[in-house]
Amino acid sequence: MADLVLQGRPVVRGVAQGEALISPEPLSFWGGYDFTTGEITDRRHPLSGQNAGGKVLGVPFSRGSSTTTAVLLEAIRAGTAPAAILITEDDSFFALAAIVAREMYDYRLPIIALTPADYARLATGDCIRITEEGSVIVTKE
Amino acid sequence: MAYDTPLQLSERDQAMLAGEYGPATQMAMRILVQMAGIYGARELLDISAAHIDSTIYIGEAGLEYAERLASLGAKVAVPTTLNVSGLDEAHWQEWAVSSDWAEKAHRQMVAYASMGTIPTWTCAPYQTPIKPSLGQQIAWGESNAIVYANAVLGARTERYPDLLDICCAITGRAPATGLHLEENRGGDILLQLVDIPTTLQERDIFYPVLGTFMGKLAGDRIPVIANLEARPTDDQLKAQGAAAASSGAVAMFHIVGVTPEAPTLAAAFQGKEPRHCVQVTLEMLTEVYRGLTTSQDDSLDFVAVGCPHYSLAELQELAALVQGKQRHPNVRFIVTTNRRNKDLARKAGCLAPLLAFGCQITLDTCILATPMLHRSLRSMMTTSGKFAYYSPGMLNVQVTYGTLQECVASAVAGRVVKGVDAWPT
Repeated sequence: MADLVLQGRPVVRGVAQGEALISPEPLSFWGGYDFTTGEITDRRHPLSGQNAGGKVLGVPFSRGSSTTTAVLLEAIRAGTAPAAILITEDDSFFALAAIVAREMYDYRLPIIALTPADYARLATGDCIRITEEGSVIVTKE
Repeated sequence: MAYDTPLQLSERDQAMLAGEYGPATQMAMRILVQMAGIYGARELLDISAAHIDSTIYIGEAGLEYAERLASLGAKVAVPTTLNVSGLDEAHWQEWAVSSDWAEKAHRQMVAYASMGTIPTWTCAPYQTPIKPSLGQQIAWGESNAIVYANAVLGARTERYPDLLDICCAITGRAPATGLHLEENRGGDILLQLVDIPTTLQERDIFYPVLGTFMGKLAGDRIPVIANLEARPTDDQLKAQGAAAASSGAVAMFHIVGVTPEAPTLAAAFQGKEPRHCVQVTLEMLTEVYRGLTTSQDDSLDFVAVGCPHYSLAELQELAALVQGKQRHPNVRFIVTTNRRNKDLARKAGCLAPLLAFGCQITLDTCILATPMLHRSLRSMMTTSGKFAYYSPGMLNVQVTYGTLQECVASAVAGRVVKGVDAWPT
């Protein structure tokens, strides 16, 4: 029984399910995400030390380096990527990795944009299911 | 596959998408069209040059992507320069690079070189003979190159991420959006320099500090600098842009009276009012200057200069400074540049003094792009704002930011020596 159903905009479509890891802070994957393990390694980031592999990762957008795309693609190939990424602004760097992953590996990583107000209703530990149409179905702990 | 975007494709775009230009062009166009939709572009536009940042080896996926395109017969449609690679082919065995890394990074170089590209292997393509010109539409990767192309040359590029830059190069097309369009190139924020000594403005140490300040403040907006009295050199503007694209996501800036799209303050803002004004004092810049140093003591394992890649002029300046001197045996002195500039330096007669001093010239890559530094190297000194910004996190070193004179004096002394021609505090 879902506690919350939010309608997101699918920037890149796909279905996914996982435990939420949500932060108000943007994240650069270059220097901030260890693709060999899935650990968030940006020591200034609130999610530092958490493992995002298989989780539904919420970061409002990607920060800084354009190499974020390449690192996310490596994580997808290595099996250490998040199951889905929730954002609040169109983020071309995350989206490109998802598009190339589909091209190269026939792999779907949904990237879903939420309004800041909807995004603020999510919390780490929520169980989240994402549909092809971009619905974000939330079960609170 | 259906594309639910308002994007209008030309007949030629559609032919590329349908595979009439071969499978590599089809793959590149398929990725480009999806991205154009995400950028909200209504059409694609022709580009006449590209610069590829995807050359840097990150891991297997990036290599597989390059080799997939190459095996499908990818050829670039426009003159295309290549960014640094993940390997100094001539010197990697002198460093901590593993043979497995070398083999894969080399394969990635071979893949991109096979596409009819120009093997410049540099992060400063704007200092090669094929630099773009005012108003030229281009698709460039590499943050420091992007900001230089837009701000200093007046060429027009968005911030292209790795993997997309090559799709633009293969198709000769880019989404008509962002900084490609005149109306998006005006300034957002005014930074007015207040009582900054002209003697400081003329010196190299000023520009990475100004750039770092600008990036922190501007984020991804367009800053406009007013009241700069000095006439900065190309190398100083290069250092400023690289720092701004490290501390922030700056892809464009103006300096009133200096950069080509800012002959006047009004031109820099395209006749609009600045959304935000900041008075920039020496005290504010001094705080940024201090923040570029993280070292707690005067220990020194290596000096690294050449981020972005050293130009011939910078190699000559360093050669004059080290003439007749010898570095301390415990301090490495790394100069990063590309093979062309090293050849130019040899012809200009400035290579011999650099080598006599004990400089190690790293070619076609950099300390952030190849795992060359042994983990025992803990304390670093640099003139580069970009190296200073990234090295503590990426290389797990402590860093001291200083002048080139301080770097040379420190390398000779075997410990950090400050105060030689230093920042005025």
